Amino acid sequence: MTLTALTRRTFVAAGAATLASGLLVPARAAEIAPTQTMRGGANNYRPGAPIVERIGNGGFWMTGTVRRAGDGAPLPGQRIQVWAHTTEGHERDPESHGATLTDENGEFRLEMPQIVPAFGQAHGHVAYDSDAFKSVFLRPLLPRTSDTQLSAHFVLQPA
Amino acid sequence: MSGRRATLIGALVGALTLGPLAIAATSPLLQWRQPVYIAAGFAGVAGLALLLLQPLLIRRLLPGIDGRRWHRVIGVALVLMVVIHIAGLWITSPPDVVDVLLFRSPTPFSIWGALAMWAIFGAAFFAALRRRLSPRVWRLSHLVAVTLAVLTTAAHAVLIDGTMGTLSKLALCAAALTATAYAVVKAKPGRMLKRR
Repeated sequence: MTLTALTRRTFVAAGAATLASGLLVPARAAEIAPTQTMRGGANNYRPGAPIVERIGNGGFWMTGTVRRAGDGAPLPGQRIQVWAHTTEGHERDPESHGATLTDENGEFRLEMPQIVPAFGQAHGHVAYDSDAFKSVFLRPLLPRTSDTQLSAHFVLQPA
Repeated sequence: MSGRRATLIGALVGALTLGPLAIAATSPLLQWRQPVYIAAGFAGVAGLALLLLQPLLIRRLLPGIDGRRWHRVIGVALVLMVVIHIAGLWITSPPDVVDVLLFRSPTPFSIWGALAMWAIFGAAFFAALRRRLSPRVWRLSHLVAVTLAVLTTAAHAVLIDGTMGTLSKLALCAAALTATAYAVVKAKPGRMLKRR
């Protein structure tokens, strides 16, 4: 699966495709390909940004999942860093950055200030950059500038 | 040029250039941007507006203005706007600008922006060297460079989600493209291509 935003339509389509391929070729159904880093994904990254309850005053939700390549098992306790140009600061500002850990289902959810268009597109940055797996830097776009949430999904491969 | 036509052209050009600047000045995005980023954005908007003036000046379509002289002044100002635009963006987010200049940015409009920069620098370069070039080479190279500059700048601007209003941006781009096409046709590049 590619890195496009997980809308209901793509979710249903992906689910149907997975189901179909599973029925047709059961032995390969569990092969889940690793997520590739997106161009520009690592721009203005700050290694070691602290784990926070919330970035700034919140109001916008960055969500997603972290799974293992191959069998697609959810990965709990993985550190994910989030940053963006928001109503409270530029991408380079340290206080625009924050990290969170995935829960037992491999899901993460971090509240942050509203993302606003910068450098021509409303976009966020989400990164996995720890030791256990290969680093992945994503740069998802907001489908609409008025959106108050954005999601990004990781499938990681061993480092 | 009749007085009425001159007034009409003046009013139209004023609205097309100052309108987008005024709209950009009231954009809600500005409240979430640092001054240097705001300056970079305005340099871009102003540069686009200057692109409309250039063909009108060189064809002497602007009333009561020494078109040829002001074409040179505005040309220098245009290069300055491009430099301020890129420098301001660089200070705001260095890695994003490096990506653009190396043609590896994820944003399609930025490729057009980088091409526009080179086309504008090229047009200025040929203009600066015009006395050392044969008239034919100088005029043709400048015409090709400015045509590319306006086309790529329009593509760059239209694709950006930024401070300019969509309608005013489209109107300014369409006007700049039309004025440039008119000036290029009037310069008779076909005649320049013929060997003498």
